[in-house]
Amino acid sequence: MSWDALPSALDLARFQFAFTVTFHFLFPAFTIGLASFLAVLEALWLWTGRAAYLDLFRYWLKVFAVNFAMGVVSGIVMSYQFGTNWSVFADRTGPILGPLLGYEVLTAFFLEAGFLGVMLFGLGRVGRGLHFAATCLVAIGTLISGFWILSANSWMHTPAGYAVDAVGRFVPADWWQIVFNPSFPYRFLHTITGAYLTTAMIVGAVGAFHLLRLGARSRRAAGADHEPAAIAGAGPRRASGAAPEAAAPTVERARIMFSMAMWMAAAVAPVQAVLGDMHGLSTLEHQPQKIAAMEGHWETQRGAPLILFGLPDMAREETRMAIEIPRLGSLILRHEWDGEIRGLKDFPPADRPTNVPLVFWAFRIMVGMGLLMIGLGLVSLWLRLRRRLYETPWFLRWAVAMGPSGLIAVTFGWITTEAGRQPFTVYGLMRTAESASPIAAPALAASLAAFIVVYFCVFGAGMWYLFRLFAHPPEAQESGAESEPPIRTAGITPAPQVAAPQAQPAPQVQS
Amino acid sequence: MSAELIATVWAAIIAIAIFLYVCMDGFDLGIGILLPALEKEEDRGTAINSVAPVWDGNETWLVMGGAGLYAVFPLAYAVILPALYMPLILMLLALIFRGVAFEMRFRAPTEGTRRGWDRAFTGGSLVAALMQGLALGALVQGIEVEGRAYAGGWWDWLTPFSVFTALALVAGYGLLGACWLVWKTEGTLQETARGLARRCAVLLLAAIAVVSAVMPFLLPAFRARWFDFPAILTALPVPVLVVVLGWLLFRDLRGPSDGTPAQEARPFLWALGLFFLAYTGLGITMWPMMVPPGITLWEAAAPRDSQLFLLVGAAVLIPVVLAYTGYVYWLFRGKVKAGAGYH
Ligand code: HDD
Ligand code: HEM
Ligand code: HEM
Repeated sequence: MSWDALPSALDLARFQFAFTVTFHFLFPAFTIGLASFLAVLEALWLWTGRAAYLDLFRYWLKVFAVNFAMGVVSGIVMSYQFGTNWSVFADRTGPILGPLLGYEVLTAFFLEAGFLGVMLFGLGRVGRGLHFAATCLVAIGTLISGFWILSANSWMHTPAGYAVDAVGRFVPADWWQIVFNPSFPYRFLHTITGAYLTTAMIVGAVGAFHLLRLGARSRRAAGADHEPAAIAGAGPRRASGAAPEAAAPTVERARIMFSMAMWMAAAVAPVQAVLGDMHGLSTLEHQPQKIAAMEGHWETQRGAPLILFGLPDMAREETRMAIEIPRLGSLILRHEWDGEIRGLKDFPPADRPTNVPLVFWAFRIMVGMGLLMIGLGLVSLWLRLRRRLYETPWFLRWAVAMGPSGLIAVTFGWITTEAGRQPFTVYGLMRTAESASPIAAPALAASLAAFIVVYFCVFGAGMWYLFRLFAHPPEAQESGAESEPPIRTAGITPAPQVAAPQAQPAPQVQS
Repeated sequence: MSAELIATVWAAIIAIAIFLYVCMDGFDLGIGILLPALEKEEDRGTAINSVAPVWDGNETWLVMGGAGLYAVFPLAYAVILPALYMPLILMLLALIFRGVAFEMRFRAPTEGTRRGWDRAFTGGSLVAALMQGLALGALVQGIEVEGRAYAGGWWDWLTPFSVFTALALVAGYGLLGACWLVWKTEGTLQETARGLARRCAVLLLAAIAVVSAVMPFLLPAFRARWFDFPAILTALPVPVLVVVLGWLLFRDLRGPSDGTPAQEARPFLWALGLFFLAYTGLGITMWPMMVPPGITLWEAAAPRDSQLFLLVGAAVLIPVVLAYTGYVYWLFRGKVKAGAGYH
């Protein structure tokens, strides 16, 4: 085997960055939405006093804790990757991107991390108002986090407000222009709503799963006298012979979460498409070759078609076997029938995205997921009108299948964005090839292998725990400790001070 | 403010952030390191619970150190991170195991898996501490630079000196963790922690002595700092205070507990004091180098505008962060008991 056949240090560095950041973002995409969802649940509970909301809050809080921990540890890796893998990039962009990340730490990470402890363990330590405040602060922290990191990322796509100094560093000229660079507003809104949809899809899937299961169970219980078997995968505390009337409140809780998720899908999925369209128009203005790659257009043309599917071929510089709708491309991007769209051949080969098929297909996967979500939302409205929302098995199954759709959409959306930015790290100004650290391929290969093994093992285990949590239905007085005193009358204030059978984290007793 | 002054202020802020990190994550890493020494499952649960509400905030200071360096001393960030590539990557991987183990051990379906996660917690804490110590030793020894990039070899970070600083840091974190448990727990767990603290203290003090003896000979500039008059006047109080604190530490670690909060909290304070002195000694030795031997903090600095932009925010936000961090610690004050939680 010849050594040339091995990937270069640059390719390894790119793949390592892509791998770690893609993994990282899976967690925040869920965290951002879930934190807001928890704040809403707690607000509803405080406002209506309905215990079901508190049960749901506690149910999702456990999920949140696991997911947040994975987000944090994978995020810490990211804050060092700029230096370990892209040290030249770090040296040259540090004066601009560094302060943005610095603000992220100061305004968001400390806030989230500080109040997370209160949110998780403070139920018995602080009053309801303060606890709710902590939940809100964590939720706000996640949004602020997205604000700064997306500002930094957007600056790399549409650099503004900078100058270049004698040693080639980008130095700030106007902070306002840097933070609110042209692509930032669109990217921020589209990503945050994407995170909300991601959460809605997961919550909806879990709700639908339990509705299906409880439905099957009550049908079975209503039948003959046979014992309804303990449900596979259910938590150990699930009483196996639970009568239908005991299951009713569980149904109620599953319905609440399913309904909230479906409202979210119905309301936000169409908004997401509109925001995506606006985002695309801004990209057309600032990064036309990325749009050309997303659309699979090689020739500049008026009245360009919309290519639904096809095989972009970089060697032949054409998209083979294209299935197209005439003129629709121009209509979408220029909002006129024969607007002009520039094709990839209009740009020097050295400035074209390096992997056109990836950009092309990633974009279609994201949009496909978006369309499915819009469909789900519309059907949910129709079923709601007909009062069949909770009892339509095929729809519930569809909602279960849509569980991962948000994560898939955000991942492929990011791949579109980032692979479409190639071959630049700072668009038009600094190439990826000149950004890398002086690190040799063997070291990068070794660390990449270690990342892959560790991520799959640790986060794989984490996800397995998440699935176990999902498999267990949201119960009355949801919590880990069975012996907890009733919360309905007491609210959350007097903490469960009773020792549990298994050792569990304790609310600490004041001295 | 002049660019030099701002850069100096920033160097102080980053030094403080790193110190806060070392103190706060130090005790929770220390608890991970000491976990195998606690025999009862209940004690292990209590020990982990004593840091569960705060560990995430503690670790955020590490992110602050990284992001701060990237923002205000990008050249240092761009040189140090490739130079310490391997120990840093291993540290990050170790922190992954550790952070996730926090959540997982309490959800483990069987005793066996729980023990597995405890091992991940200990292994992660130990490797993270070792790697931080290696990185520290490698940085102090000096990093080879050409132009604006790292120019040394693959294994430059691995020397007898850096191995020694790594072991010293493990002993130090162990001491912090043990003293934290003395403060936050009671009964037999507290007694065990007291014994562990004594052993870690012996190791740490011996390590401090050796490192202090070797360090002046690593670089000529260091030697001048410690052996030339009058420079030695600034440096001399440090070793004297180390001896004093060491004595206080052993005095207050004598059991059994008399139950006063003062007696139980004091060892932790003395341990922090030792860290502070070791850190100050290091600062005196290295000042004003950021990447020894070649790059001073002024050379590594970002342009004035970048530093000022973030300084405005830091001046307001760091006190706020410290205030609510203090509030959270206060909220979770008092002894930790085994029992039920949110899980
Ligand atoms: C649940 C998530 C989700 C869904 C359903 C969609 N997107 Fe999206 N999209 C994202 C989540 C996302 C994202 C992860 O947030 C991206 C990646 C980077 C970014 O700026 O946003 C993104 C990028 C992104 C870009 C790239 C912009 C650029 O790189 O400059 C475009 C043009 C669109 N989206 C357009 C759409 C359209 C027309 C959709 C129609 C249904 C759509 N997205 C659904
Ligand atoms: C969280 C969502 C993100 C995902 C999934 C993502 C994905 C990717 C991918 C797939 C690449 C590799 C592109 C290629 O080499 O072909 C990449 C590169 C890169 N991204 Fe992102 N990215 C994300 C966010 C960010 C953010 C927020 C930043 C900066 C603040 C960033 C900075 C970079 C840098 C520096 C590179 C390396 C240089 C390059 O290959 O272009 N990314 N990212
Ligand atoms: C390459 C770019 C990125 C870096 C360097 C980075 C860095 C980090 C770090 C260090 C943490 C841990 C914070 C803590 O200690 O509490 C974290 C968590 C987080 N990140 Fe990222 N991040 C990146 C990409 C993104 C993107 C694109 C988003 C959102 C749009 C995002 C949103 C979050 C959120 C909300 C959290 C906290 C919640 C959680 O941990 O799940 N990050 N990130």
